[in-house]
Amino acid sequence: MSTTVLKIENLGISFGGLKAVQDLNLEIKEKQLYGLVGPNGAGKTTVFNMLTGVYKPTTGNFYLDGENLTGKAQDVINQKGIARTFQNIRLFNNMTVIRNVMVGLHNRPEFKCGVFASIFRLPSYYKTEKAMRQKAKEILRIVGLEEERNNLSCNLPYGKQRKLEIARALATNPRLLCLDEPAAGMNPNETADLMDIIKFIRDEFNVTILLIEHDMKFVSGLCDEVTVLNFGTVLAQGKTRDALNDPEVIKAYIGG
Amino acid sequence: MANMFAKIKWKHFINYIVVAIAMIVFGVMSLTGALSSSTVYLLEKIAIAIILAVSLSVVVGFLGELSLGHAGFMCIGAYLGGKASLLLEPVMGDGFLTLIVSMIVGGAIAALCGAVIGLPALRLKGDYLAIVTLAFGEIVRSIFMNTKKESFGGSLGLETPRYDKDILFIIAFVFVLITLAVLQNLIRSKHGRAITSIRDNEIASKATGINVTKYKLIVFTISSFFAGIAGVLYSFSNYTVQSSKFSYNYSIEILVMVVLGGMGSINGSIIAATLITFLDVKLQTILTGDLAVLQDLFYALVLIILVIYNNAPALKGFRETHNLKVLLDRFRKHSPADRKDDEAKWDRVPTKISMDEVLSVDLQPQTTYTPDKPKKEGK
Repeated sequence: MSTTVLKIENLGISFGGLKAVQDLNLEIKEKQLYGLVGPNGAGKTTVFNMLTGVYKPTTGNFYLDGENLTGKAQDVINQKGIARTFQNIRLFNNMTVIRNVMVGLHNRPEFKCGVFASIFRLPSYYKTEKAMRQKAKEILRIVGLEEERNNLSCNLPYGKQRKLEIARALATNPRLLCLDEPAAGMNPNETADLMDIIKFIRDEFNVTILLIEHDMKFVSGLCDEVTVLNFGTVLAQGKTRDALNDPEVIKAYIGG
Repeated sequence: MANMFAKIKWKHFINYIVVAIAMIVFGVMSLTGALSSSTVYLLEKIAIAIILAVSLSVVVGFLGELSLGHAGFMCIGAYLGGKASLLLEPVMGDGFLTLIVSMIVGGAIAALCGAVIGLPALRLKGDYLAIVTLAFGEIVRSIFMNTKKESFGGSLGLETPRYDKDILFIIAFVFVLITLAVLQNLIRSKHGRAITSIRDNEIASKATGINVTKYKLIVFTISSFFAGIAGVLYSFSNYTVQSSKFSYNYSIEILVMVVLGGMGSINGSIIAATLITFLDVKLQTILTGDLAVLQDLFYALVLIILVIYNNAPALKGFRETHNLKVLLDRFRKHSPADRKDDEAKWDRVPTKISMDEVLSVDLQPQTTYTPDKPKKEGK
């Protein structure tokens, strides 16, 4: 049995009287591909926002590799090993593709170079800069964006912007990668391509992946287990095929 | 090592070179007595404006926060640097050393104030931060205005020691070079990328693990350090420091330089600072007597024209087709081989494309149409 990477216990948040998410329990094993699905407004992105520190949960805790990260600041959580992408793409638009990835590499211990070393152009500056560029190229090659590395990221087509977001999140060397609708706005070819990339990333970087997606083909083709949310509560949980065929889930999605 | 020098991007050094050449040329001219004292004063003012504009440009153009308190930091530097030189003069003499030490003292205290103010203020964003910094500048100004005559001169202003004008102006230019070096090196490093990422998307920046507060504080502190240095230079160049000079009008004047030069462009800020200061001083000397009322009018008119020239879409298009590069290209194109190539290309452009052809493209992979090829857009 492989080790647990992420453990969520009774996680919940309420905004005033609205309970956006309540009593969420889940456990993600190492190198698992875990899906979080549900109709619009079910609270999926809210769960992501809690896991990455945007919101502070009102109840419950979550643990990454046994360490309690509940209520920590966003950058601390990222440095501990949870990286994310956004539903509405948030790239650094006025920077080139490779620089977007290099920002992701910023906190890695192997690219340490202080502010003073940068200002006075000490040898360590040149060394880290070169190494960062090399590493960023490597990551871009994996998602297939190496050719575009010197383009401004806002000039990329939608599908490639999504891939760049994944590359940037990956650059932070995460234990857990949270992908918020990675296939949204992609055509079927790109979606199939993305499925391969995600699988490849998991094997290559030993990263555990938690993803939100509406494309059920994508989810059932990729995820081992899913949690189905509706109105902030868990409808079904377990092996993908069983959970998606649960009568409650079908009712929530297509009515009944 | 040799490899490192071969890879130097000269584009990155053009501003140092231009400033250094200006410093040497004007330095030699002033030492041989070829420059009038008013020209030396103008050059000092330009150097001060460049330091202010470049340091503010890092906050506004790269960090993306609006600060309207830059004159406040300058004020702190001017008063405390001036005071330091008065206090140090009996101990260290009225030479070069006192000047440098008091400049560093002024800069350091301004930086400290920047850090202290920044710590709570930088939790605010956008307009709110702008208003807090605006208020800070006004507070600083009125504190110095209401000091006792013995301490900081009060409303009469603080008299500073008089240094040799020629030396002062060379020192001002050396500090321009230092400002450029420090700020450009900061921007062109991993820390600079982190700072720019905060401007582009703060939420994503946090999610990528950037400590946003830390970087805002670093930028704010460094920027106020150089504003302080500029303040000390100002106090020596003017012989007196008057708190009325540092009103929010002056902060906005610095902001105008940054905006006019283009957000996120250090070279632009240098050019804009030079132009605006030159214009300001020249208008004051040309329009005297009864015409003095027109100074502000002309200043405002020129500003409006410059901003429109920079940003109006029609003029942007005009500049793209009528700049030096295009002109040079046109000269190059006159060789017959190039022209033939051009004509040939135009012949091949199909005049009519039927829908069938468009649809058939996907089915016939041997055609040259490649939808995934990245478009190289000329920038």
